[in-house]
Amino acid sequence: MKAFLILLQRELALAWGKGGGPLLALAFYAGVVTLLPMAAGRAPEKLAAVAPGIAWLALALAALLSLERLFERDFEDGALDLLTLGPASLEAVAVAKCLAQWLASGAPLALAAPIAALALGADPKIIPLLVLCGLFGGLAFAFLGGLGASLALGSRRGGLLVAVIVLPLYVPPVIFGAGALDALNSGLAWTPGLYLMLAYCAAAVALSPLAMAAACRNALD
Amino acid sequence: MLRTVLIQDLAISRGERRLFSDLTLALRAGEAVALTGRNGAGKTSLLRAVAGLLRPDAGRVIFEDLEAETARAEHLHMVGHHDGLKSNRSAWEELRFQTLWSGGSPATARQAAERLDLVRLLDLEVRRLSAGQRRRLALARLVASPRTLWLLDEPMAPLDAAHRQTFGALMAEHLVSGGMILAAVHDPLPIPTRTARIGGEISG
Repeated sequence: MKAFLILLQRELALAWGKGGGPLLALAFYAGVVTLLPMAAGRAPEKLAAVAPGIAWLALALAALLSLERLFERDFEDGALDLLTLGPASLEAVAVAKCLAQWLASGAPLALAAPIAALALGADPKIIPLLVLCGLFGGLAFAFLGGLGASLALGSRRGGLLVAVIVLPLYVPPVIFGAGALDALNSGLAWTPGLYLMLAYCAAAVALSPLAMAAACRNALD
Repeated sequence: MLRTVLIQDLAISRGERRLFSDLTLALRAGEAVALTGRNGAGKTSLLRAVAGLLRPDAGRVIFEDLEAETARAEHLHMVGHHDGLKSNRSAWEELRFQTLWSGGSPATARQAAERLDLVRLLDLEVRRLSAGQRRRLALARLVASPRTLWLLDEPMAPLDAAHRQTFGALMAEHLVSGGMILAAVHDPLPIPTRTARIGGEISG
């Protein structure tokens, strides 16, 4: 456990240092909020209708941004050897990496999402659900992204490969989350969508570390 | 504590090419073995196989009665060309992490920095270090968190004469205290060693 915390601390410093953190999240949403009305028209009722969906989609896409380097950096400079020879299993190493990725970029993005949604004119009653979806959806995105990043280890054009591997895995949480938000917005039952997304998130967090560790072992060989 | 390591009938290929086969080598407490051989003979691959990072085609590495996985996680250090140091972090941050990760404490990291003449460099970003300074930083974790078996890949190559002497003394101390060293080298180490020629017969 102590080793896990030491590693988490380092991963956080690395993820934060290479451009994660709250400022990135805010800048990203500032871009979305500024550009969307220019691209999709300024009619307030139109924007308000798509606001929750856009805020949610932006979250999923932002999670893709810094994925490629998640394992690649450590693989190239030999740190992955060191991590393999340490006190924690590779599975735990993978969890620490994804968790740090989430804390440094996913969670700040989820917390910034309401600002974007409100600025676009969304109904304030969706805010708690948007944050909840953002936090847990972001956790799923981080772990699934880590899975893609580990499978692409050592390949040229890894970034493209990561996107191709990860996109289909991102589809279910995006659908469940958007479904829940949409249902709440139109006064329907929103809990099923949320529960499905939470279940998907739990499965991703539980299963993907096993695959990540196997992919890393394979890449080192 | 680990007292012997036995490499038994090891065979390693990279891609289609067989580097060596039937390699058997025993290492006992207080002993250093220098692996020599031409470039590409498989010295680094042998070290990586001992560290469990590379799956051999045949044979195994036996760490006495310990599970190989435990032995590798607790009793073995490997320092090679890829030192795992992050260029945008400070030397101290990296030394501290590498030390804590392999079981040492901030205090032992500080002592190791003193032994390897790194104290003045600790505030610098790793990218500002020269090749020799960077290698010393990587070697510091050997001292900072004591483990029995050192796997070294050309450890001396970028070091200057004074620091070769320092590191020679550290290796000698390690052997006296019952440690083991397996090192891939082209120049002889400044300590008594047996020599194992990879891609050829074993002598000594």
